Amino acid sequence: MSLDSKIPSGPMALRWSKHKQDSKLINPKNKRKYTVIVVGSGLAGSSAAATLSELGYKVKCFCFQDSPRRAHSIAAQGGINAAKNYQNDGDSVHRLFYDTVKGGDFRARESNVHRLAEESVNIIDQCAAQGVPFAREYGGGLANRSFGGAQVSRTFYARGQTGQQLLLGAYSALNKEVARGGVEMHTRSEMLEVVVVDGHAKGIITRNLMTGKIEAHAADTVLLCTGGYGNVFYLSTNAMGCNVTATWRAHRKGAYFANPCYTQIHPTCIPVSGDYQSKLTLMSESLRNDGRIWVPKNKADIGKPAAQIPESDRDYFLERKYPSFGNLAPRDISSRAAKDACDAGLGVGPGGRGVYLDFAEAIGQFGQKTIAERYGNLFDMYEKITGESGYKQPMRIYPAVHYTMGGLWVDYNLMSSLPGLHVLGEANFSDHGANRLGASALMQGLADGYFVIPTTIAPYLVTQTPGSVTTSHPEFTKALEDAQGRTNKFLNVKGKRSVDSFHRELGLLVWDKCGMARDKAGLTEALKRIPELREEFWSNVKIPGSGAAANPELEKAGRVADFMEFAELLCHDALDREESCGGHFRTEHQYDDGEAKRDDENYCYAAAWEHTGDLSKPKLNKEQLTFEEVHLSVRSYK
Amino acid sequence: MSLLNLQLKVWRQNQGQPGHFQDIQALEIPDHASFLEMMDIVNERLIQDGGDPVAFDHDCREGICGMCSMTINGIAHGPEKATTTCQLHMRKFRDGDTIWVEPFRAKAFPVVKDLMVNRSAFDRIQQAGGFVTVRTGAAPDANSILVGKEVADAAMDAAACIGCGACVASCKNASAMLFVSAKAGQLNSLPQGQPEKNRRTLGMVRQMDKEGFGNCTNQYECEAACPKEISVRWITKLNRDYALASAKEAFVGVKEHAEGGD
Ligand SMILES: Cc1cc2nc3c(=O)[nH]c(=O)nc-3n(C[C@H](O)[C@H](O)[C@H](O)COP(=O)(O)OP(=O)(O)OC[C@H]3O[C@@H](n4cnc5c(N)ncnc54)[C@H](O)[C@@H]3O)c2cc1C
Ligand code: SF4
Ligand code: FES
Repeated sequence: MSLDSKIPSGPMALRWSKHKQDSKLINPKNKRKYTVIVVGSGLAGSSAAATLSELGYKVKCFCFQDSPRRAHSIAAQGGINAAKNYQNDGDSVHRLFYDTVKGGDFRARESNVHRLAEESVNIIDQCAAQGVPFAREYGGGLANRSFGGAQVSRTFYARGQTGQQLLLGAYSALNKEVARGGVEMHTRSEMLEVVVVDGHAKGIITRNLMTGKIEAHAADTVLLCTGGYGNVFYLSTNAMGCNVTATWRAHRKGAYFANPCYTQIHPTCIPVSGDYQSKLTLMSESLRNDGRIWVPKNKADIGKPAAQIPESDRDYFLERKYPSFGNLAPRDISSRAAKDACDAGLGVGPGGRGVYLDFAEAIGQFGQKTIAERYGNLFDMYEKITGESGYKQPMRIYPAVHYTMGGLWVDYNLMSSLPGLHVLGEANFSDHGANRLGASALMQGLADGYFVIPTTIAPYLVTQTPGSVTTSHPEFTKALEDAQGRTNKFLNVKGKRSVDSFHRELGLLVWDKCGMARDKAGLTEALKRIPELREEFWSNVKIPGSGAAANPELEKAGRVADFMEFAELLCHDALDREESCGGHFRTEHQYDDGEAKRDDENYCYAAAWEHTGDLSKPKLNKEQLTFEEVHLSVRSYK
Repeated sequence: MSLLNLQLKVWRQNQGQPGHFQDIQALEIPDHASFLEMMDIVNERLIQDGGDPVAFDHDCREGICGMCSMTINGIAHGPEKATTTCQLHMRKFRDGDTIWVEPFRAKAFPVVKDLMVNRSAFDRIQQAGGFVTVRTGAAPDANSILVGKEVADAAMDAAACIGCGACVASCKNASAMLFVSAKAGQLNSLPQGQPEKNRRTLGMVRQMDKEGFGNCTNQYECEAACPKEISVRWITKLNRDYALASAKEAFVGVKEHAEGGD
């Protein structure tokens, strides 16, 4: 199948307005006849469900948590970008667009990024009107802070919990629509399968996580807003339940998976402390506004208390390597620099896997009170987890898996290669290229949900007769049987190892071979070991209890089984991409100074993988990327 | 790092059936582990030994989603101030301790399994008015609504509530007043929330009563248990807003809104 990205023609800055004007409308009477399934209640899902319901569509929304408010978006700390230029520091839609394309290392689709930058300003208006308590200045206007990869101050925030506040805003809009009867909300419901009828996505199969009941739901179109797949690495900053199941199941039914190898490693996370560890905790990148990152220059200083190491014996390596961006260099670059320092034997803390994030200077300059006002909750969190105070000694940080730029391939209308299946938020691939800048995932999730899909869903729906497929269709019966069969299969293995033990082993393998640095030999080895591990999983996993009641082990088994398949595609993609770009660093492809070496001649494409039925032989489809506005150049932050 | 040997007394229950405490040994637990990681270790061993692992809710494990919910030694979220269960670390316990682990108990929070409870009542309370009716795309420029820093900061204090339900679990009456007052209070104190203030207040309070939460008798156990340190001052504000709204309703009637979606 050829990939038609459906990018509108005309000048970049006018494309989205033109597209909106040209898009078909559905009259209000008819809208009511269409049912839309929204899987996911994070920023993307809640905002889409609420807005589509406002427009008059019948919406059914699903999440696996006990309340839509608990979707993983809740955990975002730092902020959300918007080209408001409230600081009068020269920001504009064009500059946000430019920074995002460059930040993505020229592997994003320009037209989508431009649309994102345009909508960014509307998001802030919408959220402020909902009562989202953004930080404000004394005059009553909104405050901003700076984030990595930008030289203007365009990030809006709500203390250290921007994600929670934006999600509560979207959740309140969702609640308003639930109350009005426009949205039917299904919590503790996990999607197990997409149902495809005559080549179109027409529904889903879910499992009720309280009763174990497997159910079918039909609709005229399905939206996946199910977040990222970072937990394939087991340890990540993602919530425990984050999974690839929804997107992977859709992939198996025909949706192409694009750029899975673009994974983001966040530089400021609390280092691993032991093998019982279940997750890693991120501390907002905003800390890098005031904290300075360093390691000792001499190995002899490594065990010493930081205060005893004189200024002259410290290497502020980001400031040294990237003088114009300093501690605010983009994430991929900062993470790799920290890894390099630790690989050189200069890391601090247990296992030598850590670098200092030091606030002594900022506390000296502004006082502890001001620093506490800015980051108090992060300092508290650090202290709870490590038992150490970041006010008294430098924090220790190390990079951790955080975000996934890859996802299901979508066209400009956010429709995947499986007709009728739309994909929003972190679950799709489009806007961040090979690296996402801070504070832009929240922006993308809300842009997709509030402003893009409400327009772009109509062109698909007008081609469909509303309600033409119901759950009595044989495809639903078959999908129900398949899902039940899979549950029974899990329970019948009756092996010896827990699901977690497999997940941990898979994660370590993928982190080791396909983490911050990758090479051909390692990837080839991973491609050999993943299928072996998968086979062992299916013959030796042990799942207690039954399928007919709440059973967290069974839920985890379904997710890990999908990670086991997905990991293979991740490594295939990383192996295929013989270049370094953004979060994908192939050690074979670097400049003499260790910077990533892109190959625009051969790899300036989005890799959209097609499921062939044989996991070892996925088929590669390419969407060639063209850069009309931001010219391809070496990404430099020096 | 040191290792702890602990004696757990864990509540076990299947939906709709009576529950009981089970004695579980938790040996050699690293003191750097979080409470939930301790439970993971316990579960891993239960699975190995052919037992039934303990079901509990959790997701973010960083104190923000509000999913984790254990009553530890009789205190919702355990002994550490301003800390969720997932952020509680084992270094707060001593070798040889006996630890009681129970679900968040309340009539309005029925047990799903073991330590998992159903808190959907909280969603329904917010559906009864916890929002500002503004359509997507119909918002004015954000800086056209000025909000003084003090007002914004206070609204933010209330908005920090993570909807965990510890306030309910810690209250002898199982009252949800702290939660409801934080949710209503955030919007009721902002200019954006003024037009629907009375309707919101009445709607949320009445739904709370309908869900079977108890009355607030000013015990303030809720404030002590709240991981986000929501202040009981919000309860005072809610009582005031409620009195005003009821008085207004009695005299003038609160106008029903037209359907929002047409
Ligand atoms: C710790 C942390 C901090 C962050 N900070 C920032 C920040 O400051 N700024 C920024 O821009 N970005 C930040 N990000 C990234 C950003 O939070 C996410 O990318 C974004 O919120 C994802 O939103 P989403 O709506 O796509 O998905 P999510 O919020 O992940 O929502 C996924 C939804 O899908 C549902 N779901 C998933 N699978 C299934 C299934 N199989 N069946 C049913 N339902 C399912 C879930 O229940 C959930 O409702 C941060 C991320 C992390 C981890
Ligand atoms: S008020 Fe506090 S204890 Fe109650 S739900 Fe909110 S955060 Fe939890
Ligand atoms: S697991 Fe999210 S708050 Fe504890």
